[in-house]
Amino acid sequence: MKEADVRALLAELIGEIAPEADLSSVGDDEDMREAIDLDSMDFNNLIIALHQRTGINVPEADYGKVVTLAGAIAYLRDKRLDQDDSRAQKP
Amino acid sequence: MIEFRMPALGADMEAGTLVEWLVHPGDRITSGAIIAVVETQKGAIEVEAFHNGTIAEIVVPVGEKVPVGAVLARIDDGVAAASPPAPIAVAETPVAMAEPPAVAAAPVAATAPAPAPRVAGARIKATPVARRRATQLGLDLSHLVGTGVDGAVSLADVEAAHPKAAPPAHKGFDAGAMRTAIAAAMTRSKREIPHYYLSETIDVSAALAWLERFNAAQPPAQRLLPAALLLKATALALREAPNLNGTYEDDVFTPGPGVHIGWAVALRGGGLIAPAIRDVDRKSLPEAMDAMRDIVKRARAGGLRSSEFMSATISITSLGERGAESVMGVIYPPQVAIVGFGRIAPRPAVVEGRVEARSLVTATLAADHRVSDGHTGALFLAALRDILSQPEAL
Repeated sequence: MKEADVRALLAELIGEIAPEADLSSVGDDEDMREAIDLDSMDFNNLIIALHQRTGINVPEADYGKVVTLAGAIAYLRDKRLDQDDSRAQKP
Repeated sequence: MIEFRMPALGADMEAGTLVEWLVHPGDRITSGAIIAVVETQKGAIEVEAFHNGTIAEIVVPVGEKVPVGAVLARIDDGVAAASPPAPIAVAETPVAMAEPPAVAAAPVAATAPAPAPRVAGARIKATPVARRRATQLGLDLSHLVGTGVDGAVSLADVEAAHPKAAPPAHKGFDAGAMRTAIAAAMTRSKREIPHYYLSETIDVSAALAWLERFNAAQPPAQRLLPAALLLKATALALREAPNLNGTYEDDVFTPGPGVHIGWAVALRGGGLIAPAIRDVDRKSLPEAMDAMRDIVKRARAGGLRSSEFMSATISITSLGERGAESVMGVIYPPQVAIVGFGRIAPRPAVVEGRVEARSLVTATLAADHRVSDGHTGALFLAALRDILSQPEAL
């Protein structure tokens, strides 16, 4: 998953949860919850939407890794690579 | 013949604008069917019927603002069908339409058949936000092509049909009108209700540990938020203090017919709204979580129903993980209590004689002294504390 694709996907999903939020104004290392006022329900809905769209299940213990744009991009890239590897290893 | 009237969607509502009819004369409806959308100070609300029958006449056209209690439509319930329609009148008891019919409606089949009646459920499919936006822009949903799930008209479809439209500044509601509505209700509350206040600091470490274990085994859509535990625990604790759950009107307290909790939802762009989650005490935790998620979503996107405005028997204001440490709520009349939860945070607590960092939440109760005393409130908070210390029992 390319970085631009992850950014576009996050912008789309957040746009559905908080339509007035402008993700382009959020710094890569800013906590998105603070920057665009996502409460725990909003963030939970973002994790659900990510799971539905990408198949990537972010466990609750990893929520802290995806609260920034940079963190989410790295996390989703790594998870997607893991998925690709495990598929490639299947006979 | 039944007169379907403009409902009072809250203690402070005086009038509403009919923005959409979802039925036509001749349509059959059943109790609970959404038949109209009304614009109020709290946004667009879907109004439900409380009778079975057939729409005989639409009285108020789209776009007209009428007072609470005005007849919006007439519903033929098969009873006294021969009588002439009553003149339009403002009801003396505006919320009477919320009552179930005293006499069971006659079978719909007994009424004169209309040619190929449309069923009320066959409404144009559209997302709530799309419906609201279309109303704002004066677009007729039936003229739009839906590209959403099952052909539903989405916000994008509406915007595409009206490309010059700017995005809504306040996501489809009037923040000024909302503020006026809150001011009216809260001023009435503080003027009429002698509040008393209690608070209890509750150790929720065990509850959060249980939640963590539960969520670890669940896919994202099945996970619970701490708020779901607070919601359910409040409902169960009310069993110890039933006279916190109900309404006070005309010097009389009426116990709630169920535990219907108004869940305060902060709206983007300002204001808040507290639609009812019904029968919380009888819901499982996952059911309570689903109901909360659904009502928060609809409160923010539009699509709340009239019954959700009229049926709350107590309210909760929960500030969430980024909120303040505690909150003393203002009771929403005619309710008689509001429970507040501050931010859950690690704080020092004494456990078996030693100071430890524990996850604590400050629970508060504001209650109506005309109906209950501090002793009742203390019993409630003690029950809440005990329930939250045994999360597996939730």
